[in-house]
Amino acid sequence: MKLQDMYQEIILDHYRNPHGRGLREPFDAEVHHVNPTCGDEVTLRVKVDGDTLTDVSYEGMGCSISQASVSAMYDLVIGKSVQDALATGDDFMKLMQAKGDQSVADELEDTLEDAVAFAGVSKYPARIKCALMSWMALKDASARAWGGPAA
Amino acid sequence: MTATASRSGTERAPLPLDVEAVRADFPILGRTVRDGKRLVYLDSGATSQKPRQVLDAERWFYENVNAAPHRGAHALAEEATEAYEAARATIASFIGGQPDEVVFTRNTTEAINLVAYSFSNAATAKEPEFRRYAVGQGDEVVVTEMEHHANLVPWQQLCERTGATLRWLGLTDDGRLDLSDLDTVINERTKFVTVTQQSNILGTMPPLAPIIARAHEVGALVMVDGAQSVPHQPVDVAALGADFLVFSGHKMLGPTGVGVLWGRAEVLDAMPPFLTGGSMIEVVRMEGSTFAPPPQRFEAGVPMTAQVIGLAAAADYLTALGMDKVQAHEEALTEYALAQLQAIPGVRVIGPVDTVARGGAISFTVEGIHPHDVGQVLDDQGVAVRVGHHCAWPVVRRYGVPATTRATFYVHTGYDDVDALVEGVRHAQRFFGVDTPQEVPQ
Repeated sequence: MKLQDMYQEIILDHYRNPHGRGLREPFDAEVHHVNPTCGDEVTLRVKVDGDTLTDVSYEGMGCSISQASVSAMYDLVIGKSVQDALATGDDFMKLMQAKGDQSVADELEDTLEDAVAFAGVSKYPARIKCALMSWMALKDASARAWGGPAA
Repeated sequence: MTATASRSGTERAPLPLDVEAVRADFPILGRTVRDGKRLVYLDSGATSQKPRQVLDAERWFYENVNAAPHRGAHALAEEATEAYEAARATIASFIGGQPDEVVFTRNTTEAINLVAYSFSNAATAKEPEFRRYAVGQGDEVVVTEMEHHANLVPWQQLCERTGATLRWLGLTDDGRLDLSDLDTVINERTKFVTVTQQSNILGTMPPLAPIIARAHEVGALVMVDGAQSVPHQPVDVAALGADFLVFSGHKMLGPTGVGVLWGRAEVLDAMPPFLTGGSMIEVVRMEGSTFAPPPQRFEAGVPMTAQVIGLAAAADYLTALGMDKVQAHEEALTEYALAQLQAIPGVRVIGPVDTVARGGAISFTVEGIHPHDVGQVLDDQGVAVRVGHHCAWPVVRRYGVPATTRATFYVHTGYDDVDALVEGVRHAQRFFGVDTPQEVPQ
């Protein structure tokens, strides 16, 4: 197993030049999520028009995986319906549970785009939470924006 | 501690322990990780590896003696009781205390919670003799900003349950405990003071004598958190002068699942129980119960007997090495590691940068690379370190970093391990393209 499997160039690119970073107005819901085992944090806002996610803005601190993950997520979900965005999040969860199984990554490549590069992270159980944090925050914020407070 | 502090640190002082001989006792150090890399275990601060002598002691107990101690009159029960109490005497002697002052708990965390819950139980105890250490409104409990969560959260909770007020001693910019307001933070309202003997994240060894003296001056009890000190330096409870000392077995070469609360006999005697049930009672009737004297009063249920036996073997192993040598060994490694790490551009040590009043926990950050990513690259080289906030979140917040990478040393650590760490950090800088830190955007 090579370190490069996890730190794909595409992940490092997102880490160094994050897409959509910064907290913006207007927004319908804001959430703050932490990864208590390591102290990674993200504050995330969503703006929903009808059922479309028109903006996801965020600030956070954390490792390259957590920061690259939120950047790649931003690219994937803007302009999607909340349902489609959350379905993409479910696909990302599938990727994180794949334990490095390449067939899972191949199957999800079309829907996950850049985010499929996180397949290597699924081989490192301690880092999966880093990659998932922003998706959890999105799910939480979407539920608050769309249907009131998350159930 | 200062005898070697003036050396440059680039030279290698002869190590007091024979590293190769010690390593031969640790089966796990023979394995490889991450595609055949030698295991460089620098995470003893989280949990230590176990020498064969400890594993053999546990196996011996299960294969030859296993029974519930303090119950039954059959041969095995007698032998198990004898082995369990002999282990208690070994642990007591290891810290210079008396056997009936040693209470076995699950770990340091449980030992601390035992005391905290006993203090709040004291307020409602029906027995007048158990109310002596009751904590309530108007009382103050003092901690420090460098405590592990295990020595902070139980006291926050005690204060929330009882209406007492939590106060704390802060930190200085160079990673030391700030004692400038000692006499106001510890005052006539203070009932209880608790402080670490060695910070698990900074390595700092706070000056305990003035804190204990001040606490006793105002009539407060003092607990010393020895989770990171008892495994690494000689500790003598008589010389220490505190009322409680707590530590974990698994950080001192012993098994998981066993820790120790040492308490002064007259203090333990006035404390109500925390966990109740079998073997901690004197008389039980349907209407109510009375309790056994310490230490049994605080050991409800069948104890972790095999682990206690294993812990005694660990204490014997450390005693045979010599705790003064263990401390000197780690000090030499720490001095070398501090010098080597700080010679790398972009590396910042969080905590004291010399070996004065300092243990072997070295936390650091690498400019331009998150501590998790540093840890991941080190792991790829076979170097096991801890990353994160090390259960001392207020400390990382105090020093304005999101987390740190932490290396900790022990009896099997050699200069080759430190070199692997240093090379691993340089490798991380190359991997993330920050080996010329001046070009990293601030």
